[in-house]
Amino acid sequence: MRRASLNGVRTLLLKGESFVPIIINGREASAPADARVSLLDFVREHLELYGTKKGCNQGACGACTVLVDGERILSCLALAVQYDGREVTTIEGLADDGALHPLQQAFIDHDGFQCGYCTPGQICSAVGMADEVARGVPSHVTADLGATEVTLDHDELRERMSGNLCRCGAHNGIVDAIAEVYAGSGA
Amino acid sequence: MIELAYTRAADPADAIRHAQNEDAKYLGGGTNLVDLMRETVEVPSVLVDVTGLSAEIEETDDGGLMIWAATRNTALAEHPAVRSRYPMLTRAIVAGASAQIRNMATVGGNLLQRTRCTYFYDTDGSRCNKRSPGEGCDAIEGFNRNHAILGASPACVATHPSDMCVALAALDAVVHVRSTSGERTVALCDLHRLPEDRPDLETILEPGELITAVQLPPSNLSAQTYRKVRDRSSYAFALVSVAAALELDGDAIADVRLALGGVAPKPWRAWRAEEALRGQPATETTFLQAADAELAGARPLAGNAFKVGLARRTLAAVLQQLTEEARS
Repeated sequence: MRRASLNGVRTLLLKGESFVPIIINGREASAPADARVSLLDFVREHLELYGTKKGCNQGACGACTVLVDGERILSCLALAVQYDGREVTTIEGLADDGALHPLQQAFIDHDGFQCGYCTPGQICSAVGMADEVARGVPSHVTADLGATEVTLDHDELRERMSGNLCRCGAHNGIVDAIAEVYAGSGA
Repeated sequence: MIELAYTRAADPADAIRHAQNEDAKYLGGGTNLVDLMRETVEVPSVLVDVTGLSAEIEETDDGGLMIWAATRNTALAEHPAVRSRYPMLTRAIVAGASAQIRNMATVGGNLLQRTRCTYFYDTDGSRCNKRSPGEGCDAIEGFNRNHAILGASPACVATHPSDMCVALAALDAVVHVRSTSGERTVALCDLHRLPEDRPDLETILEPGELITAVQLPPSNLSAQTYRKVRDRSSYAFALVSVAAALELDGDAIADVRLALGGVAPKPWRAWRAEEALRGQPATETTFLQAADAELAGARPLAGNAFKVGLARRTLAAVLQQLTEEARS
C-alpha cells in the first residue's frame, strides 16, 4: 500500500490509485480504484466485513449506518473514495478486545432484534446519536431550541432513531436497550 | 463500462476548472446524487467533490450570516446563531430526512437536490419529461398524491423535496454562485425555475456554475417556525410544509414571511398571502383569507386535491401559533 500524508493530498482517480488510506476499525485500507464503489460495498465486498448490512441501498432504511470520525452516516450513499483519510467504525469495531460494547449487551438483554438484519445499523446509529445528544444537537421534537442540553426521553430517542427501520417490529426492545445505556445520562 | 473520474476540488476555482466537461457533476454529501447515479437517472463522467471547500458559518457586517456551501445540514441546524436568530431554519432542517443523511448532506447540495417523483426515478418503466425531455409525463395521469398543486405545467407536476429551502425562501436568502466568468448572487426565490415546457431545467444556474455560499440577511422577525405535515411523524417528505415568521403591531400584522413546501416545483414563497396579511388584524378569518389568496391559483390533480385544504389549514394554524407566540 502506498502511503502519503493524511492532509492536503488531492486524489485524481482517473486511472485509479489512491494515496491516502481509509482507516476501518483502526486498520488501514486502500480506497477502491473505481470511484463508483460505495463505502458499504467497500467494507462488505472488498474488506469482507459483513456486519454492515445492505437493506434498501437507497438511503431509506438505515441498515448500512456506520460511524465516520464518530458521526453516523449511511454507507450506501457514500462513495468510498470520498472517505480516504477518515476513520470509519463498523459494528465489528465497537467491541473492545472481545468485550461487547454496552449497547450490544443491552440489545441482547432487551431482545432488541428478531432477525438481526437491522441491528448493526441500529447500534452504530445509536452510538452516533449519543454523541449528537451530548453536544446538544436539537431534533424535530426538541421544544426549546435555545436549550444547550438535551434530555434523551422516549420521544427524543424515537425521533432521533427514526432513520433506522426494523421490519420485524423489534422497536420496543431497541428503544429499551438504547434507553438503558444512554437515557438520563445526558448521553 | 461507463468511465467515471473523481477529483477532489482544492478550492472553488479548482472545482470550476474540473467541471467544464458537460458531463461533470459537483458532488456534495452524495445523499441524492449517488442514488440518482445508481438508478442511472444521472450518468456523469466526472465527479468533482466539493465537500472540501469552505464549510464555515460566518457573521456578516450587516448582522446576517454567510453559510458556506459545504456546511453539513447538521452543522447548520445546531449552530447557535441559527437556533437563536433563524429558528425556522433549524426547525426545517431537523424535519428533513434522518440524522445520518443530515450529517452527510451539504447546504449547496440541498439546494440542487432533485425531485423524489417516483416516475422520475423509474428509468425502465415510466415516461418523464424531466429525465427525458419530450417523452411525456406518467405522473399527471398516474399516482400523483405527492405531486404539485402550484406552479406545475402540463409537462411536469413534480415537487421540490427540500425542507431547508422552504425556510431559506421565507428568510430572503441570497445564493452566491461562481463560474469561469466571475461571481454573482441570486435570490433563493429566483434560483429554481418553474417547469413550463422545460422541466429538465431546474435552476437558472449555467452549466459548471458552482454554488459557493448562502447568505442570510439580518433576522428581524422573532416569532418564526416551520411546520411539516407528512404521512408519518418522522423521516418522510412533506405533503405540505409551512415556513413562517410574523411580527405584530398591537393586534395588526406588521410584517410576515411565508413559504410553502411539498406543493410546488420550487420552494414556494407565498407572496400573495403575505400581501393579504400585512396591516390586517391577526385573526383566523384573515389567515384563511390569505391562504385562499395564495391557493386561488392551485390546480390539483386527481390524487392530490386534499393538499389544497391541507395547505389552507396548515397556513392558518401556523399563523395562529405565531400570533400567540408574538403576544406572549
